[in-house]
Amino acid sequence: MAILKDYFRSPIARIGTILLLLIIIIALSADWFFPGNPLRLAGRPLQWPFTNPKFILGTDQAGRNIAAQLFHGAKVSLIIGLISTFIAIIIGVVIGAISGFYGRWVDDILMRLTEAFQILPNFLLLLVAVAVFGSTINIVVIAIGVVSWPPVARLTRAEFLSLRNREFVQAGKTIGMSSTRLMFKEILPNALPPVIMYASVILSTAILMESALAFLSLSDPNISSWGNLVGNGRLVLRQQWYVSAIPGIAILLTVLSASLVGQGINDALNPRLKKR
Amino acid sequence: MTHILTLALRRLLTTIPALVIILIALFLLLQLAPGDTVDALLAQIGGAESSVIDEMRHQYELDQSTSSRLINYLWRLVHLDLGQSAIYNKPVSHMILERLPATLLLMVCAMFLAFTFGTILGILSAQKVNRWQDTLISILGLIFYSTPSFWLALMGIVFFSIYLNWLPPSGFGSIGESLTGISAFFDIAWYLILPTTTLALVYLAIYLRIMRASLLEVSTLDFVKTSKAKGLSSRQILVNHILRNAMLPMITLIGLQAGTMLGGSVVIETIFAIPGLGRLAYDSVVQRDLNTLLGVVFVSAILVIIINFIVDMLYAKLDPRITGH
Repeated sequence: MAILKDYFRSPIARIGTILLLLIIIIALSADWFFPGNPLRLAGRPLQWPFTNPKFILGTDQAGRNIAAQLFHGAKVSLIIGLISTFIAIIIGVVIGAISGFYGRWVDDILMRLTEAFQILPNFLLLLVAVAVFGSTINIVVIAIGVVSWPPVARLTRAEFLSLRNREFVQAGKTIGMSSTRLMFKEILPNALPPVIMYASVILSTAILMESALAFLSLSDPNISSWGNLVGNGRLVLRQQWYVSAIPGIAILLTVLSASLVGQGINDALNPRLKKR
Repeated sequence: MTHILTLALRRLLTTIPALVIILIALFLLLQLAPGDTVDALLAQIGGAESSVIDEMRHQYELDQSTSSRLINYLWRLVHLDLGQSAIYNKPVSHMILERLPATLLLMVCAMFLAFTFGTILGILSAQKVNRWQDTLISILGLIFYSTPSFWLALMGIVFFSIYLNWLPPSGFGSIGESLTGISAFFDIAWYLILPTTTLALVYLAIYLRIMRASLLEVSTLDFVKTSKAKGLSSRQILVNHILRNAMLPMITLIGLQAGTMLGGSVVIETIFAIPGLGRLAYDSVVQRDLNTLLGVVFVSAILVIIINFIVDMLYAKLDPRITGH
C-alpha cells in the first residue's frame, strides 16, 4: 500500500493517528476502568485533581468522578461524531450524486435546496431542531448530520459533473447499465476520495457542535458528554476552574487528532501539494 | 461600477428560491412543534373558557387551512412582520432590532481580527515555508482550529478576569455610568476584547491556512516569474501582484463563514451576557418561544445573504475579469 506508506511518512499523520488511537482506547476501556454510571455520586464534591488517588482528576461540584465522566465522554463524543458524520455523508452523497448525474432541472432544484441549507446558520438550525423535537441524544445526532451535509453534496456534485462524461461511464451506458448502478457502482468509487478527506472536517465540527450544545445544556442531560461537564464547571469557575478545564482539553485533543489525520490523508493523496 | 452592481443584483435574485425554501421550511417546523401560540399563551394565563380559546384561535388565524396560513405567514414575513413573542409580549421584529447592533459589532470585530491576523500569519508562514516558523504557525493554527470557543472563553475569563483582573468577565459596557462619546466607545471596546478574541480564533486559523496555501499557489504562476525577471523587489511583487490575487479566496471565505459565525455568537453571547441575537436565540430555545427563534433564524438568513452580496461586490472590484472587462 503505497498510500499508507506515504501517509505514515508525515509526522502530522503519525501524531494524529497515535492521538486518535489513544482516544479510541480510552473510549473502549471506559466500562472496564469505570464500570457503572459515570454520572453517579462517587465522593466528596470539588476535590482537586491529584489530591485523592481514588479520583485522579478530582470530582465536580456534585461529587461525580471527573475521570469516569471523561472516559465515558470519549465514547459519547466519538459515537456522536461518527454517526452524524455518516448521516451527513449519506445525505450529501445521494443529493450530490443525483444532482450531478441528472443535471438540468433536477440539479437546479437540489442546488437551490443546498443553498437554502447553506444560508441558514448551522448552529441556529440545530437550536430549532432541539426546540421543536426535544434534546434526546438521537435527535441531536440526526440534527447535526442533517445540518452538515451541504458541502458534501457540493463536493460530490462537482466530482460527478466531471466524471459523468468519461469513457467508462459512456461504455456503461451503451451496454445498458441502470442509472443507479452507474451512479453508485461505477462513478461513486471514483468520486469518493475528496469526500472521505472532507469527512474529518465534518467529524471535527460535529464533535464541536455537540459539545457546544451540551455546554449550553441543550443536549441530552442523561449522558456523560464533555460539553455537559464544561457547562457544569462554569458554575464553580471562580475557584474550581479545573472542572471546566479538563474536559475542554479532551475535546481539543479529539478534534485536533481528527484534523491531523484528515490532513495526513490529504497530503498522502495529493503528494503534489506537499512537495511545494 | 454599474457592471458590478448589476452582477451582484443578479446574484441576489438567484438567492430568492433558496429564501422561499427556507421560509416554507420554517413554517412547517412551526407546525410540527407541539402546541401552538394559543397553547403557549394559555399556559401563561392559566387557561380560559372554551369560547375565549376559540376567539383567540380565530385571532391568530389558527382556525384556517394550512395552505392559507402558509400564504399569510409568507405575506407577513415579506412585510418584516415576524409576529408576537409569546414570552416577552412584544413584536419579534422589535426585539431583533434591539439585539442586532451588539451581534453585528461582535461579528465585524471578530471578522476583522481573524482576517487581519490570519493574513499576517499566513504571509509569514508562506515566506518561511517548511522552516520552523512555518511549522510553529501551522501548529498554532491547528490548535486554534480545534479549540472549542466556549472553553476558550471560560479559560479566558479565569485567566484575564479572575486571576489577573484585567478584563471584565461579562457584560456589554459598564452599567450605571452614563458614558458618552469616546469614553463610551473605549468602555464597550474593553468589554469586547475577550468575546471578540475567543470568537475570532477559529476563523483566524482558517484564514491563516487559506492565505498560506493561496500565496504558495500564486507565487508559482508565470506572472510572478515575469515580475522577478523585470527586476521588481520581492516586497513589491508580494504587495502589488501576489497579495491581490491571493486575497480572492480569502474574500470568498468571509461570505461562507458569516453563517457559522452567527452560530458561534450564540455561545459567546451567552457566556459573556452580551445582549445580541445569539443570546436571544438561546433564551427563546430555553423558554420554548418558537416564534422568536424562527424570527432570529429568518433575520440571520437575510444577514448571510446581505454579507454575501457585499462580498460579491468586493470580489468583483478585486477581480475585474468577473465583470467582463
